[in-house]
Amino acid sequence: MNREAVRHPGLNLGAAHGRDDEAAERVMFGFWVFLMSDAILFGMVFATYVTSVHATAGGPGPHQLYDITSVFVETLLLLASSFTFGMASLALKYGPGKGRLAGWMIATLALGIGFLALEVHDFTAMFAAGGVPSRSGFLSAFFDLVPLHGLHVAAGCVWLVCLLGQIARYGLDTQAKLGVMRLALFWHFLDIIWIMIFSVVYLAGLA
Amino acid sequence: MSIAGIFEHPLGRLGPDALPFWQMLQHPTEGNIINGCVATGAASMVVIGALVMVVLLTRYRRWGVLWSDWLTSPDHKKIGIMYVAIAFVMLARALIEAVLMRAQQAFGLSGGFLSPDHFAQLFSTHGTIMIFFMAMPFLTGIINYVMPMQIGARDVSFPVLNSISLGLTAAGAGLVMVSLVIGKFSTGGWFGYPPFTEASFSPGVGPDYWIWSLTLASLGSTLTGINFAVTIYKERAPGMTLMRMPLFTWTALCTSILMIFAMPPLTVATAQLALDRYLGFHYFTNALGGNMMNFANLFWLFGHPEVYILILPSFGVFSEVISTFSGKVLYGYRSLVMATMAITVLSFTVWLHHFFTMGQNANMNAAFGIASMLIGVPTGVKIYDWMLTMFRGRVRFTVPMVYSFGFILLFVLGGMSGILLANPSVDYQVHNTVFLVAHFHNMAVPGVLFGMLVAYHFWFPKAFGFRLDERWGMVSALCWIFGFMAAFFPLYVLGVMGLPRRTVAYSEASYVPLEWVAFLGALLILVALGSLLWQLRVSIRHRDENRVAAGDPWNGRSLEWATSAPPPEYNFAVIPSVEGRDAFARAKEEGCAYQSPDTYRDIELPRNSAMGPVTGAIGFALGFGLVWHIWWLVILSFLAAVTTLIVRGFARDTTRVVPADEVRREHLRWIAAVNATTAVSRVDECRPVNDGRARYEAIGVAP
Repeated sequence: MNREAVRHPGLNLGAAHGRDDEAAERVMFGFWVFLMSDAILFGMVFATYVTSVHATAGGPGPHQLYDITSVFVETLLLLASSFTFGMASLALKYGPGKGRLAGWMIATLALGIGFLALEVHDFTAMFAAGGVPSRSGFLSAFFDLVPLHGLHVAAGCVWLVCLLGQIARYGLDTQAKLGVMRLALFWHFLDIIWIMIFSVVYLAGLA
Repeated sequence: MSIAGIFEHPLGRLGPDALPFWQMLQHPTEGNIINGCVATGAASMVVIGALVMVVLLTRYRRWGVLWSDWLTSPDHKKIGIMYVAIAFVMLARALIEAVLMRAQQAFGLSGGFLSPDHFAQLFSTHGTIMIFFMAMPFLTGIINYVMPMQIGARDVSFPVLNSISLGLTAAGAGLVMVSLVIGKFSTGGWFGYPPFTEASFSPGVGPDYWIWSLTLASLGSTLTGINFAVTIYKERAPGMTLMRMPLFTWTALCTSILMIFAMPPLTVATAQLALDRYLGFHYFTNALGGNMMNFANLFWLFGHPEVYILILPSFGVFSEVISTFSGKVLYGYRSLVMATMAITVLSFTVWLHHFFTMGQNANMNAAFGIASMLIGVPTGVKIYDWMLTMFRGRVRFTVPMVYSFGFILLFVLGGMSGILLANPSVDYQVHNTVFLVAHFHNMAVPGVLFGMLVAYHFWFPKAFGFRLDERWGMVSALCWIFGFMAAFFPLYVLGVMGLPRRTVAYSEASYVPLEWVAFLGALLILVALGSLLWQLRVSIRHRDENRVAAGDPWNGRSLEWATSAPPPEYNFAVIPSVEGRDAFARAKEEGCAYQSPDTYRDIELPRNSAMGPVTGAIGFALGFGLVWHIWWLVILSFLAAVTTLIVRGFARDTTRVVPADEVRREHLRWIAAVNATTAVSRVDECRPVNDGRARYEAIGVAP
């Protein structure tokens, strides 16, 4: 087996990046493995939600609490942010310079923050309608799953700001490049999780 | 909660009643005094142990060495040794607890001397410690030490992450130790079933100690699993294809895969229980739509693969040891690999057998019962492979081999009782009795613990440069084996006689004789631990006679024996290139071991990093704050954790270079020393003449 041929899935830096490309292999592979572990984490929380969806204990259910318009806008924001991060990845790979990369990353950050703001708005509305996590097993499960994704997005935003700081401080060195590549995977992963949430929680809940 | 509320109780719910002797002083009844004295004695052992450490470190001015050579070291070998050190400390504590429990049950006819609450804490900490803070650190330490060398690597893929994992595990172990001194541990068993562990039934700090120590440890294990798996996939030396890896590395890979996939369910279960307890959620409560079966499923979805996380590395150790001490190639390598992989996959399909009696329909139970029995097949394959490895080999009766014989005999017995339990209709009869306790100890002690002790004997000379004393090792091994038999075989009978597990007292006089046999067995195991420690002392004292600096005391077969003992921090002066299985045995056979290359290169190594100890300290503070509701500490340590991660992201210049000249000098010196060492035959293996160079011996030829 030719070991050189085995590369991590996703956008590689390419030979033009020389040593940075070589260094990417173990780090990116490691991050893929981490994402697998994280996927199991979400899987367990999804399972909790699915088994608790009827455990409303007389409290408000999906129809009383979910605001599909707001959630749809959130979905659009997050999908758009995946696109902008994709552009950032291309800017990283093909350059030139770091200006375009930083631009796309800032756009992603803005979209991410927009998503979080809307989500917080949703939660506040749910709280006001009596949908607090301590009300029922269903609400507990909801507030495990959806905010867990939100926390991941928030952590991604913090990470993104830190990467911008690193790029400003050190330029596009190996570590900054690998950081952007890992965050890209993380960001797209969260997008996929959100699509699951949108389908399983919101669409199925209101169907 | 308001800002003022955070500081209203600066110590949270921590008060003088958290001290182990408080109740005894307030209400000096006979029972309280006995329990208070036992708890205070245990607490003082922790405090005195810590104080002695501090005094010794100060007296011999070793704080600097401890910090720069050990705690901040990213070297996988040192991290491995520290893991094993944690494991031994925790083993000692949990074993003493076991003896105390057996003593209580031996006197249990008249009620015994411990209160039910105290007894419940004992079995909860015993189980929690043995699984998470003895077995896990032990196997993680051994894999850490051995695996990178077996695949011809310089270190694991992420050395600093490795140090962080150690820090998190140590923080969890620290929380369990602190619970002896301040407050109480959970009384809910090692799997902490709600609703009993919910705030309404266990309002104290016990379950919180359990939750946070487990959470820290499981985070550490997840990261370790990722690290090991990436190391095995990405860091192998040229030519080390997957099917050329030593079997121990294969089991390390499978264990890592299990860690990656099986730890998250535990994290979810403990996090949800924490949300229930702290914020009034309803995951597992009795009211408002909580469902404790979700906990049972989540926990055992972790818990069953966990059993294989524990046992697989031991299987790897036995494979290496039996092959080495039989002087033969491992029989059925391919089938052993396939069996290991089969067990890895099957381990995710049997979790329900931990709760056959909790309300599924009969068909569901039957499906999981059959899946459970299936695991016996690949395990059986392994047993035959080990026996056939010994068959017509020249078996040397060293300490690791004596353990291995004990393992094979006892493990088969334990496996048989497991096949019994896998049948749901039998399980209905004996579930929740000590029959089950006998079964899983029959797997865990000869399987996991013996395997780890074998690894300790086998690789100790590699790590420290001298062999362990054989005579005391033999005493210890025999005490472990026979002590185990005496302590657990009676429990099979008692279980069938109907003694429930976790019984603090009973009224059936016919239990007493067997309880006493079990108690004496436990004492024999205590002797085994004592002789293990004594062996270490004797070995250190006579270390100069038993040096094996050339690095190959057992005529080893895989690459870790191709370095000096102890190995240099970069393991290999030149990365070996591998042409087949048993790379080092092959090199010795072809007479091309111990060669020096024409050119040496600079070696890049990670710099020391404080990330590990700092993360550990923050994790401990966070856990402690959460347990005692000291909110300012929680907020502070959370912020500290985030800051640490961010600062680390900005760190550059994280490697240093060992110049080629230095590598060359070191390597040539070792080669010269090896050439000056007489190669010994296997007859002299355990004598002082064994300086770590093995004479090549073909099978079947007299020495």
